[in-house]
Amino acid sequence: MSPNKNDEVLVRIAEIEGSACVLRGDDVDTDRIIPARFMKVVTFDDMGRHAFEDARKAAKGKHPLDDPRYSGAEILVVGNNFGCGSSREHAPQALMRFGFKAFVGGSFAEIFAGNCTSLGLPCVTLPADALAKLMDAVELDPQQRVRIDLVARTIRSRAGVMPAGIPDGVRMQLTEGTWDATRVLLDAGDAIERTAATIPYF
Amino acid sequence: MTSNASPSGAPRSLFQKVWDAHRVRELPSGQTQLLIGTHLIHEVTSPQAFAMLRELGLPVRFPARTFATVDHIIPTDDQSRPLADDLAEAMMSELERNCRDYGIQFFGPETGAQGIVHVIGPELGLTQPGMTIACGDSHTSTHGAFGAIAFGIGTSQVRDVLASQCIAIAPLKVRRIEVTGKLAPGVYAKDVILAIIRRLGVNGGVGHAYEYAGPVIDAMSMEERMTVCNMSIEGGARCGYVNPDRTTVEYLRGRRYTPDDAGFEAKAKAWLALASDPGTVYDDVVRIDGSKIEPSITWGIHPGHNLGVSESIPTPNGVPDDERAGVEEALEYMDFAAGASIEGTPIDVAFIGSCTNGRISDLREAAKVAKTGHVKAGVRALVVPGSMAVREQAEKEGLHEIFRAAGFEWREPGCSMCLAMNPDKLKGREVCASSSNRNFKGRQGSPSGRTLLMSPAMVAAAAIAGKVVDVRKLS
Repeated sequence: MSPNKNDEVLVRIAEIEGSACVLRGDDVDTDRIIPARFMKVVTFDDMGRHAFEDARKAAKGKHPLDDPRYSGAEILVVGNNFGCGSSREHAPQALMRFGFKAFVGGSFAEIFAGNCTSLGLPCVTLPADALAKLMDAVELDPQQRVRIDLVARTIRSRAGVMPAGIPDGVRMQLTEGTWDATRVLLDAGDAIERTAATIPYF
Repeated sequence: MTSNASPSGAPRSLFQKVWDAHRVRELPSGQTQLLIGTHLIHEVTSPQAFAMLRELGLPVRFPARTFATVDHIIPTDDQSRPLADDLAEAMMSELERNCRDYGIQFFGPETGAQGIVHVIGPELGLTQPGMTIACGDSHTSTHGAFGAIAFGIGTSQVRDVLASQCIAIAPLKVRRIEVTGKLAPGVYAKDVILAIIRRLGVNGGVGHAYEYAGPVIDAMSMEERMTVCNMSIEGGARCGYVNPDRTTVEYLRGRRYTPDDAGFEAKAKAWLALASDPGTVYDDVVRIDGSKIEPSITWGIHPGHNLGVSESIPTPNGVPDDERAGVEEALEYMDFAAGASIEGTPIDVAFIGSCTNGRISDLREAAKVAKTGHVKAGVRALVVPGSMAVREQAEKEGLHEIFRAAGFEWREPGCSMCLAMNPDKLKGREVCASSSNRNFKGRQGSPSGRTLLMSPAMVAAAAIAGKVVDVRKLS
């Protein structure tokens, strides 16, 4: 579950390359990504098969996640404010366990993006016109390879090379392998107790 | 914490003061390692965090600073153990085991203090001005009503807080939202926050802390301020807060976890000094005229899809280009006619409760309306108190009798039909008038269920009329 276990090798994430899947629409909330009734378990193990379950049932096989043309896609291309709503980490866990390794979108809700970072899943943004072009290109040719380069901050596809957005700190965490924060936070050592000692209520 | 001045002497916002006091260090990523003073946990987002902790072989760093309760999965009819639902029982048992193993205080039903985590924190006095608070739940922003900086976090961060009492977080901008004027009768805190979200959008707050201020906020009770701060997340903000004042201090006096008489006045003085300094420079200031706010109600599939009760449902052609697809999707899901009046929309279910509006003042307002009639035949109406303490107080005041006489079901405390992780769910395409916080597709337990968010008084009025009505017309 935790790649930093026992100070093992840091997992550096500098680029993700694979085919992509386009999920259009803004304000896709985490209840839609993983309906609450599937969270009635004490592990994340089963989340993958329930990703977007209600939306997929409602679409009767026509949901992008069920479209055979997108089978095996590792990059999910989404609209604006993706992952809004509940803080449930079950949402990125479900998408990760379904097979996605990165997200490209217009914008992401903050807690969702933070949860993704904790799991080593980059969320990168594109301006509206570039995002529209990428969506069109992937829909036209879903088999093409899309490459997210976090070092160069670019997304390369048949639609060309596009400058992609990712906050500096998150980019550094991913590329330097410090995205699993527990070890980093524990490295502060006694500074935690020293700060706590200055807080009157603590 | 006790000093008003920053090292440079410049005026600081409450947000900045609390942030500065809890900063452990800057991280190479540019994020801040921030100490979390109070950590709240519940059964849904904590078990995996404890599992990770065990896997890492790590202890809980400060077990006395984490507090637990059970709220999401707990049934509101029969709470006797073992719970009828095996999955729910397994989650509750797991939480009990984790609290036992790590020495964490658990406010279960047997303590008499169980309830929705964001209701019991303030009730017990665990929530205080100047604290940093985190919980694996997005509505943790509620606690900001006290001048705390409170973050909803994911399960990996719950693990981080258990292990280190810290989170890694990038600094936020502060937007001050001033609500001016005076609210009209029949207009509540819920209407204020819905109006704010409508104006600024569901992602308008990204990267920001919201500081709510102005005469309307100043005049609010703590419970009303909690309703406003609760839905900060629905506006995309990372947290929301209100500067502490005498209202805050008086609410906290005599609570279980606040200092006793001797220490209280000194504490209160320190709390008041935390308020944003005069002359604080904000990243942004927004003013909203509170006297123009109507009872508000959602018509679509996110909380930004809301309007005043006298208004009409939007038409796709009447909204900006970038909102059109969303409006079309919402109209299709809700099966509402563009341009139709929202007033008169028939409802099947009425739900009064949740961390947004499940407190005693909410129940009092709803009971006033319930007294005026009886739940319409065919409508299922639930009142779910936010905590055991709220339930007890309501029963002391006889509110439960009013609700029962009017045809409402009087339930045990929990999150209930806000997110329907317990047996309280919509069926099929039912329309629910709800005092909760999210009208997302499928939110209330039926994949095709429909939610209309509104104030508790409006929900009670809708339950009686069997359709959306303007609560102002009842008086």
